[in-house]
Amino acid sequence: MSVSSEVLIKVDHLKKHFGELDVLNDISTEIRKGEVIAIIGPSGCGKSTFLRSLNLLETPTGGTITFEGVDITDKKVNVDKMRQKIGMVFQQFNLFPHMTIKKNIMLAPTKLGLMTKEEASARADELLERVGLPDKANQYPDMLSGGQKQRIAIARALAMNPDVMLFDEPTSALDPEMVGEVLELMKELAEDGMTMVVVTHEMGFAREVATRVLFIDEGVIKEENTPKEFFANPKNPRLRDFLSKVL
Amino acid sequence: MTFQEKLYQNFIEDKRYLYLLNGLGNTLRITVLALLLGLVVGTLIAVVRTTSDKTGKLRILNIIAKIYLTVIRGTPVMVQLLIIYYVIFASSRADKWLIAALAFGLNSGAYVAEIIRSGIMSIEAGQMEAGRSLGFSYAATMRYIIAPQAFKNVLPALANEFIVLLKETSVSGYIGIADLTRGGDIIRSVTYEAFLPLIAVALIYLVIVMGLSAAVGKLERRLRTSERK
Repeated sequence: MSVSSEVLIKVDHLKKHFGELDVLNDISTEIRKGEVIAIIGPSGCGKSTFLRSLNLLETPTGGTITFEGVDITDKKVNVDKMRQKIGMVFQQFNLFPHMTIKKNIMLAPTKLGLMTKEEASARADELLERVGLPDKANQYPDMLSGGQKQRIAIARALAMNPDVMLFDEPTSALDPEMVGEVLELMKELAEDGMTMVVVTHEMGFAREVATRVLFIDEGVIKEENTPKEFFANPKNPRLRDFLSKVL
Repeated sequence: MTFQEKLYQNFIEDKRYLYLLNGLGNTLRITVLALLLGLVVGTLIAVVRTTSDKTGKLRILNIIAKIYLTVIRGTPVMVQLLIIYYVIFASSRADKWLIAALAFGLNSGAYVAEIIRSGIMSIEAGQMEAGRSLGFSYAATMRYIIAPQAFKNVLPALANEFIVLLKETSVSGYIGIADLTRGGDIIRSVTYEAFLPLIAVALIYLVIVMGLSAAVGKLERRLRTSERK
């Protein structure tokens, strides 16, 4: 687990408003290679919008996002190409229900021309092994439990060999007994050096796995720090209030 | 006259069964071509409408599509057939059955468009987001992820539309096409016997529709393998 000095994503004065409502109000930060960033905050604070802006699922209304040196908010940039390097895992899994698990994993690498069928198949087997579900290859998503679905969703994103993984409340839709298996897998990913940005309510994960924790409230980063300092010495009064409620 | 004699008189004598057989041929020709045309037109319109709704692009095409839907769904198919035949193709020598297929196809396209659009809208937004987040374009996500699921959802409605289409072609006689219905009616006018030829016509439609329903049911069950149970 080592954080390099190489900046992977640079967010500069990011703003997003829906009509009159300001969701993101001037957010700037840098995400370096190997970092595991946990984003916490009250619901409706803009943390998911911030995460979804990083791969332009939300279009920013102001500011820039630079990914691997390219300003992806520039209209001339091929966003699809950029997204191939940015994996995303959703709260609701969003597996493709009309395909087997293995097809779910193989679809993007093959159709986007990154791998041959054989390569993608081998990679899928390897990933299924890694997420501990090799026996599910030929089943359909609806046959799986929530925790298994989310592990497959992670495998599907990993199949593209992304440089960073975005997690949008990956355990919030899970039954409590399934949260652990997903967090464990994410922890392993972090230990392997994957750069991760995780919007979460799991304070334990933020404390143990994250290299940096951001507190977003009212559309701005109110506090950011190493997990140790963040939880032991919260400075912002809103954060102190928030932590007193969730811990 | 006995029943057997009536059967003979209506269907065998002077090879009158040929009115039904040739009529059925025309009906099926028109239906199949109209069905294909309707699917193509309907899919195009559905894509224009949903793309415009979701991305704000294709504004002009969307307006044209909306006008098309309003006009086609707001007027009877028989009036459309008559206008296309007597007005638009007034001075053309194109085959009548082709003109009929065009009219029914354009009509069906409007209904198919709304069916397909409802199918696309029924797929939750997360599927599009998952596709896009993997690096697929909007079009590729539609093709690999949204369309196959939408198709499965709208199959019963599409089958229903095809059944309606098959039966609607029975007004083809109004532009002088000897379709199945007109064939039965010709026999009636020759033999002065209404019951047998018209019941025969009705039975033929019924058998085709039942066959179609059974085939769709089978396809539906095959497509449903991805669901639990």
